[in-house]
Amino acid sequence: MNSEQLPVISQSPIAGRPHKNTGWRLFLQTVIARAYPRVVGQQGEKSWMFFDVLLPLGGVIAYVCVYKAIGAPEDYVGFVVMGGAMTAFWMNVLWSMSSQLYWEKEQGNLALYIMAPNSMMAILLGMALGGMVATTLRALVITIIGSLMFQVQYVVSSYLQLFAVFILAMTALYGMGMMFASMFLLLSREAWHLSNLAQEPVYLVSGFYFPIRNFPFWIAAASSIIPLTLGLDAMRQLAFASGPTLGFISVGIEIGVLAVLCVVFLTAAHFLLAYMEKLAIREGRLTESRR
Amino acid sequence: MDFAIQTEKLSRIYKIRGGKKSEPKSLAALSDINLEVHRGELFGLLGPNGAGKTTLIKVLTTLLAPTSGQAWVAGYDVAKDPEKVRPRINMVSGGESSGYGLLTVRENLWMFSQFYGIPSGEANRRIKQLLEIVGLADRLNTKSSDLSTGLRQKMNIVRGFLTDPEVLFLDEPTLGLDVGASREVRRFIRQWIDENRARTLLLTTHYMVEAEELCDRVAIVNQGKVLACDTPASLKRRLQQDVLFRLETSPLNGVGAEIFQSLPGVRKVTHRPQDGFAVLELILEEDSILSSVVNAMTTANICIINLQKREPTLEDVFVDLVGRSMEEVESSEQ
Repeated sequence: MNSEQLPVISQSPIAGRPHKNTGWRLFLQTVIARAYPRVVGQQGEKSWMFFDVLLPLGGVIAYVCVYKAIGAPEDYVGFVVMGGAMTAFWMNVLWSMSSQLYWEKEQGNLALYIMAPNSMMAILLGMALGGMVATTLRALVITIIGSLMFQVQYVVSSYLQLFAVFILAMTALYGMGMMFASMFLLLSREAWHLSNLAQEPVYLVSGFYFPIRNFPFWIAAASSIIPLTLGLDAMRQLAFASGPTLGFISVGIEIGVLAVLCVVFLTAAHFLLAYMEKLAIREGRLTESRR
Repeated sequence: MDFAIQTEKLSRIYKIRGGKKSEPKSLAALSDINLEVHRGELFGLLGPNGAGKTTLIKVLTTLLAPTSGQAWVAGYDVAKDPEKVRPRINMVSGGESSGYGLLTVRENLWMFSQFYGIPSGEANRRIKQLLEIVGLADRLNTKSSDLSTGLRQKMNIVRGFLTDPEVLFLDEPTLGLDVGASREVRRFIRQWIDENRARTLLLTTHYMVEAEELCDRVAIVNQGKVLACDTPASLKRRLQQDVLFRLETSPLNGVGAEIFQSLPGVRKVTHRPQDGFAVLELILEEDSILSSVVNAMTTANICIINLQKREPTLEDVFVDLVGRSMEEVESSEQ
């Protein structure tokens, strides 16, 4: 705005306003646009190498040292590396999905998301997809470094099943993250505390660093509500020689349960989001606390 | 009549939670607001902080449900048909920090354009065009976290105009901007509305100059109520029979402005203590009343440093309606 006579903003009459897509095109555009900051933007911040790779690797190394000291079966080292890689997804779901809408609210983005003609489900899917892609990169780096460092031997019985389990586990996990995000919509700083509270216990009950078969059946069954529990168990069964003997239940059943969890969490997220959005509009809790 | 915005007895009451033992309190942020904004109008909501301006914008932009009454934007009920209202509107708030700091200006704007379904190519073209107009073209690839407050606000303003909405809401758009940048933003806003009279813009502000310079009509609001609504010229005409003086005096030294207020023919007095002197704004019924004010000052040992007769402003209209200046209302609310 540096000239006396400003350039013409738009020559077009009202009928010539920018073309705007609707329906599924708008849904898809929204998913891609919301995934963009996570897929592209976050890669620009090199600090992820430290926080998202080196810190989880520290936990992996500690467990490997313990297992080697007590003479645990060799495949346990591989279990730990795989579990360490999967912690990145749990962290991402907790901090960048569940409590994300609280941060969006404080930044002023949530109001803009709600006010736009897009679907909030598309925003959540975009967050999930972006988070999943960015975290897969981190998990891959942890897996490669851990495998090379400890010379992990993989004996994959079915690549197709391994891929299917991974996709199902991720879909169910991020579906759960979307459901939590909807539930946390009304929360303020409590969202941060709840995420903090859920972090460590899940490392334990989901068997990130050991097979959940070591738990009594009902504890293992109860912890299966977290998709990573069964996902990790099935992936270990499919990727290591001793996996099937140390597995919790058969891979077929685990795939079936994961498929059910996908449907349950995504459906719950859809309905909860609609309900919570209405409630937040009624109670005036959609905008940042300072305004 | 074709209204872009219409409200009928619109009210919003907030429940404020007390402590564990105390009952929740109610705060009426909006009380029976009736407004009619014509298509093509640049309409201003003028009032102090806490008057209910932002609450009204939140209701009109479908972010907050009214407690009672109704509101329509672009012909649709904001509570019943929010999905029909949303494609037709956009909003920019002063001092907002929306977007992501790790994205560039272009990426942030592109992201928000996608939420409105604008095809990528067209969005990028419009982003360049608008950034050119607001003088941000050279910052296209700057991370938004590296922008100053003023530049960031310009980016936010572009975000609002990018979708070319039928109805645009600007909530204190020049908040935190320096004088020059504010003037440029005001000029841009005025041009946007003048170019196409099918566009409507509702602007909230507590800057009198902004309301006076920009708005076709202004509603003065305080404590959730519309006190007056007209063109700036008509609002000021309310005070045309009165005469207004601005006096700079020595400090009042404990003498209350009420002693002048009680003099016959004095309609309103506001007092603003400054560093080493005081400013008194007087609304008098006629010129001759000034002599009794001057006499009262002399008796109270108050020296007049400067005396100026002036034309009424919207600030004077506010004082006339509320009895206090906006500054006084804001400080008493705090």
